[in-house]
Amino acid sequence: MSIVVSGRVVLDSLQALMAEVRSALRDRSPSQVTMDLGGVTYLDSAGALALVQIETEAQAGSMPFQFTHATDEAGRIMSLIDRTALTTAPLITERTSANLIEQIGEAFMSFLADVIMVMTFIGELLRALVYAGVHPRSVRWGDVLFYMKRAGVDGLPIVSLISLLLGLIIAFMSSLQLKQFGANIYVASLVGVAMVRELGPIMTAILVAGRSGSAFAAEIGTMIVNEEVDALAVMGFDTTRFLIVPKVIASMLVVPLLSLYASIFGILGGMIIGVTGLDLSVYTYAKQTMDSIDTFGVVSSLIKAAVFAMIIAGIGCQRGTQVRGGAEAVGAATTSAVVSAIFLIIVCDSAFAIILYYIQV
Amino acid sequence: MNSEQKTPVIEVDNLTARFGDNTVFKDVSFTVNKGEIFVILGGSGCGKSTLLKHIIGLYKPYAGKIEVNGVDIAAADEEELRQVRMGFGVLFQAGALLGSMTVGGNVALPLHEYTNLSAAEIDLVVRMKLGMVALAGYDNHLPSEISGGMKKRAGLARAMALDPTILFFDEPSAGLDPITSVELDNLIKSINAGLGTTIVIVTHELQSIYNIADRIIMLDKTAQGIIAEGDPKVLKEQSTDPRVHNFFNRLPM
Repeated sequence: MSIVVSGRVVLDSLQALMAEVRSALRDRSPSQVTMDLGGVTYLDSAGALALVQIETEAQAGSMPFQFTHATDEAGRIMSLIDRTALTTAPLITERTSANLIEQIGEAFMSFLADVIMVMTFIGELLRALVYAGVHPRSVRWGDVLFYMKRAGVDGLPIVSLISLLLGLIIAFMSSLQLKQFGANIYVASLVGVAMVRELGPIMTAILVAGRSGSAFAAEIGTMIVNEEVDALAVMGFDTTRFLIVPKVIASMLVVPLLSLYASIFGILGGMIIGVTGLDLSVYTYAKQTMDSIDTFGVVSSLIKAAVFAMIIAGIGCQRGTQVRGGAEAVGAATTSAVVSAIFLIIVCDSAFAIILYYIQV
Repeated sequence: MNSEQKTPVIEVDNLTARFGDNTVFKDVSFTVNKGEIFVILGGSGCGKSTLLKHIIGLYKPYAGKIEVNGVDIAAADEEELRQVRMGFGVLFQAGALLGSMTVGGNVALPLHEYTNLSAAEIDLVVRMKLGMVALAGYDNHLPSEISGGMKKRAGLARAMALDPTILFFDEPSAGLDPITSVELDNLIKSINAGLGTTIVIVTHELQSIYNIADRIIMLDKTAQGIIAEGDPKVLKEQSTDPRVHNFFNRLPM
């Protein structure tokens, strides 16, 4: 049987050509095949692949097969195709996924490993912080200022906006209930205590985790991908001291201030509702707020915010240092930094609630 | 490679590249002919890579005109640019493989996107391309599991997936050992000879320039433009410009 191939034999015609020749060979099962390439005007490597593949298949069915009238050019292109490569099995066969029990086991083991790593990291961080306290000159204060601006000053607008709205919402919702008892004035106490004790630090911490914790993780992760961290290590810098301590110190200095700021804006939001909706004067509202907040509350909330800051910056940096590989790993580390930071903040906040209760009494 | 019939596939006409107040080069003009291995060379910072990025349409020219396969790259809209880009392949410096996909998946990506081939046929084409760059069997490896030279070859397989008529190489031998880089040079030559692909290379590796280049242009930082054009072997012997002479003979300025 003789097959005449003509025109452009390219990637787009690969499918049709192969299907047609295969069905012809199957239907007629000829004793021998010659393929005339005289009319081929243009051949690319995919076209050559189709021809080679047809030849291989025919020969596999022990059918004598030959090309005729192939130009030198076509011959050259066909010789570029490595026939053994077409049938070489992948060196890595399908990556097997483990069964359920194995997966649970693996997840548990990786959780354990993660806990141990975080513990080790906290130990290392505390040591580095103590060292920084004893040797203040060893701290890179320029970096500290830079990150204070990044995490603090640049975060002011969004923190104030969200706290103001939060104050408005709490005051509005609670006024609906308290109005029924004629206890309008207690809206001020409620907003004041809630903002200073809980919501100020928590909201600030969550915002900072989203803004700065993620940024720290992405920054350190990308530095690892670019071998910058290796370069620092080789030059004799301690990664923790060089990269992490400035970020942690900056956050611990700036987050309490942000949280104070958030509380003030929350109270301002409450005051807007109090003055416009509850017929309270600015003076009465402020007086009632001042009476219900005590120094202990303010100081403990500042300390809480500083601890949150340490968690956020620490976890952010720790997740960043765990990055191995490329872009995808940086993304995963960033997500993990924010999620773990928020989780740990909530856990830590519950601990604070209990401890502060007993200290105060 | 017939010297009689020269069809220009890339024409650059009075191209000026400028970022802000910083002029990288100005009034650069040259043509690349079909089936030629054309090398853009020059010292660090002379704008080689910038020129390449202009030709492949990643940067817009400040002034001047670039035509690739008859299409004005600067004036082309998204759709036209996409069409032109399907006709060429680019091998980036580090291979630029997508890290989340296997090597085979990277090569298959443009095939899935731009052709209607079935999965079995795509698989066959991927194996053929990997075979061409001597990576047979590495279909299921992740880019992080193979070496730098292999990443470049895998990147080349991906660049060739759609059988482009023009291939661009940004520093193909950077960071490769001499043997691997000679192998890559030979691969480039065999693709050029076998498929007739026009090849444009940005490099400063003298050895591979002598090995593969049909014609070169040399850019210079202070001249802000082309200071030499022609056959590298001839330029080495005959150039009177000290900058060109010193470059080809590895002499300090």
